[in-house]
Amino acid sequence: MTGLFSAYKVEHFFDEMFSAPGVARPHYRRLLESFKEMGAADFERKRNLAATSFLQQGVTFTVYNDEQGTERIFPFDLIPRIIPAREWDLIERGLVQRITALNLFLHDIYHGQSILRDGVIPKQIVWEATNFRPEFMHFDVPRNIYIHICGTDLIRDQDGNYLVLEDNARCPSGVSYVLENRQAMKRIFPPLFSEYRVRPVENYAQELLNVLRYVAPAGREELTVVLLTPGVHNSAYYEHSFLARSMGIEIVEGRDLVVQEGCVFMRTTKGLKRVDVIYRRINDDFLDPRVFRKDSGLGVPGLVDAYRCGCVSLANSIGTGVADDKVVYHFVPKMIRYYLGEDPILGNVPTYLASQPNDLKYILEHLPELVVKAANESGGYGMLIGSEASAAEREDFAGRIKKDPRNYVAQPIVALSRSPSFCDDSMQGRHVDLRPYILYGEKVTIIPGGLTRVALRAGSLVVNSSQGGGSKDTWVVEGEESDG
Amino acid sequence: MLSRVADSLYWMSRYIERAENDARILDVNLQLLLDLGGEADAMQHWAPVIASLEETDLFDSLYGAADEASVTEFLTLQNKNPNSIVSCLTLARENARTTREQISSEMWEEINRLYLFVQSEAARKLLLSSPHEFFKHVITGSHLFQGVTDSTMTHGEGWDFIRIGTLLERADSTSRILDVKYHILLPSGEDVGGNVDTIQWMAVLKSCSALEAYCKLYVSQVAPWKVAEFLITHQEFPRSIRYCIDSLDHALHRISGVDESRYANEAERLSGRLRSDVDYVTIGEIFEFGLHEYLIQIQERLVEVSNAMYATYCASLA
Repeated sequence: MTGLFSAYKVEHFFDEMFSAPGVARPHYRRLLESFKEMGAADFERKRNLAATSFLQQGVTFTVYNDEQGTERIFPFDLIPRIIPAREWDLIERGLVQRITALNLFLHDIYHGQSILRDGVIPKQIVWEATNFRPEFMHFDVPRNIYIHICGTDLIRDQDGNYLVLEDNARCPSGVSYVLENRQAMKRIFPPLFSEYRVRPVENYAQELLNVLRYVAPAGREELTVVLLTPGVHNSAYYEHSFLARSMGIEIVEGRDLVVQEGCVFMRTTKGLKRVDVIYRRINDDFLDPRVFRKDSGLGVPGLVDAYRCGCVSLANSIGTGVADDKVVYHFVPKMIRYYLGEDPILGNVPTYLASQPNDLKYILEHLPELVVKAANESGGYGMLIGSEASAAEREDFAGRIKKDPRNYVAQPIVALSRSPSFCDDSMQGRHVDLRPYILYGEKVTIIPGGLTRVALRAGSLVVNSSQGGGSKDTWVVEGEESDG
Repeated sequence: MLSRVADSLYWMSRYIERAENDARILDVNLQLLLDLGGEADAMQHWAPVIASLEETDLFDSLYGAADEASVTEFLTLQNKNPNSIVSCLTLARENARTTREQISSEMWEEINRLYLFVQSEAARKLLLSSPHEFFKHVITGSHLFQGVTDSTMTHGEGWDFIRIGTLLERADSTSRILDVKYHILLPSGEDVGGNVDTIQWMAVLKSCSALEAYCKLYVSQVAPWKVAEFLITHQEFPRSIRYCIDSLDHALHRISGVDESRYANEAERLSGRLRSDVDYVTIGEIFEFGLHEYLIQIQERLVEVSNAMYATYCASLA
């Protein structure tokens, strides 16, 4: 190997690019070839080009609890993550199967609850889930779709098997980076795109709009679709604005909307205008101060009533959070068998439930080897990586688990696959995951690839942007051999 | 268009125009002091700048005396001054950020670039080493933004709200720039027309980028009443008060779609009346009334138009 990759170490992890030291996997060979001539300085220059362009376009996210205030660019690594079409086809089938089962599950638990009555999932697990909304029992959602937009996080284990780490069935974010990263890569490395046949992702916004229009209340002729944001201070505001722009719809805040006689209207310079579909990027709790959190200034009083009477549609539906609860996650393979009579195409990471006495005992005895997660936290918060934590931290977590076992699960520490990333002036292996975005409308659409997040800190397994993560462009390439 | 968006577009353009005017006033004042050399009593030139912007209290709470260094910092990089260049551009960008789906990408990138510039260490250094270049950068940035706006955004309702913001701010600013020199040159009513200081009045014209246009018209006779006449009543100069008010009234009527000879709401009634006043007033009448008093009245009536516009198009927000 020459140039940038000459000192690259594969070590004992599954590496996305190299099957052995110095041996690139077939679908990475052309990439390696084209980087041969490039020196670190040239690479660094291209990197700055990308960073400057993100900064100028305002492709930024907000970090909370950071005095500096506020906007940062999401670090972008220039080495793409490449997935051969054959591998992707498997992932795609697995995700379609999973989203189908999750929707059937939501319909079931908000209606007859047969899966609970048949004892496949313990009743209390659902009833005690923070995001279960009994207020919506027996409510029929438009077109019977609960999760319209889902971001399912996948990881690869030591042997390269794809496993589902978690589902994000409420307001998954990050898709704007998929689109911006692709645009940046095309500008920086145009020749690579002519060498590889990369499946395009640019139609995401159009597909999303199709889904939103598909679930609109019946009988409305000129549809008004809006995106509801918590506002400019939300960490994902850039994405909200990006998606609204790409779909050509209005981005609204709670104060722009008003409910009158059961219908939702937005306040315009020409008076009130009726709204039909709301792509809400606000969690259930903050949607409507009359129904959920009373102190929410972000929501719209009366919105839930309007939703109930079918005058306005919401995406995602209310109450989907029960499906991405980290305890319920454990039962998804069982759901797939129960509702579809199929074996899961994508496996789960083995999960121990602290609410089960045997599992609890195991968790407490094996903390240094486990990742412990709070059932309803996200963004890398409320989590303990046993191997990295101090004895005191483990002690503290053990106490929390014992106090509230329903709220904790534990998983073995999976050695996530690594991908070469440019850190400290050289190529180094960094752990990655993959979040594909699944759209559920008239049919299920998944944009090829998704967001590859990379833990840029050496050795770190946490890929979240709030915890020092970055991202890579993800390519699904046609006609490339897979070595899997 | 959403009421909130209309309001944000309006403020976005007002803040950019305000930053540009801060830069003009400072630039010209700095150059003026160079022209006047040792004769000038620097203090006498800086305090009125603060007074005309109605920021004396805030300024006094932050600084001891109004001199070149303190006034320059106060109006450029001082975060605590909501009307400093850096505050204005921050607010303009914040408003642009909440309306990105309405404005063009080019507009966003232009305003973001200008914002990143004034936030940078390079800008701070430039301001110390070569203030003129700093101001030039801000002024050019504002011009670029306006040009990009005109050539990349649909000239619909949103564009009209942007125009109104720019024009209201500009009319207000021209009146304040004129008023600054009123403080210096016309300390008492009886001195009207006397005590002409050509260099200072040329500076007034430069502050409005109006020297060249003025000279074409009056062939380099810089007399205070003519300067005032030009900056208040000229029909075609884009920074004259009359031009701004005429265009403002036009933009308001474009939004409502009502003929300019009539009015459909309070904002149009007020702007129409203001328009006919400045269209038909003579400079003689203005001096008779009192230049300072007249300018103050213009400023107050602009505020009334702005408030009425908010009530008409945005008030349902509250």
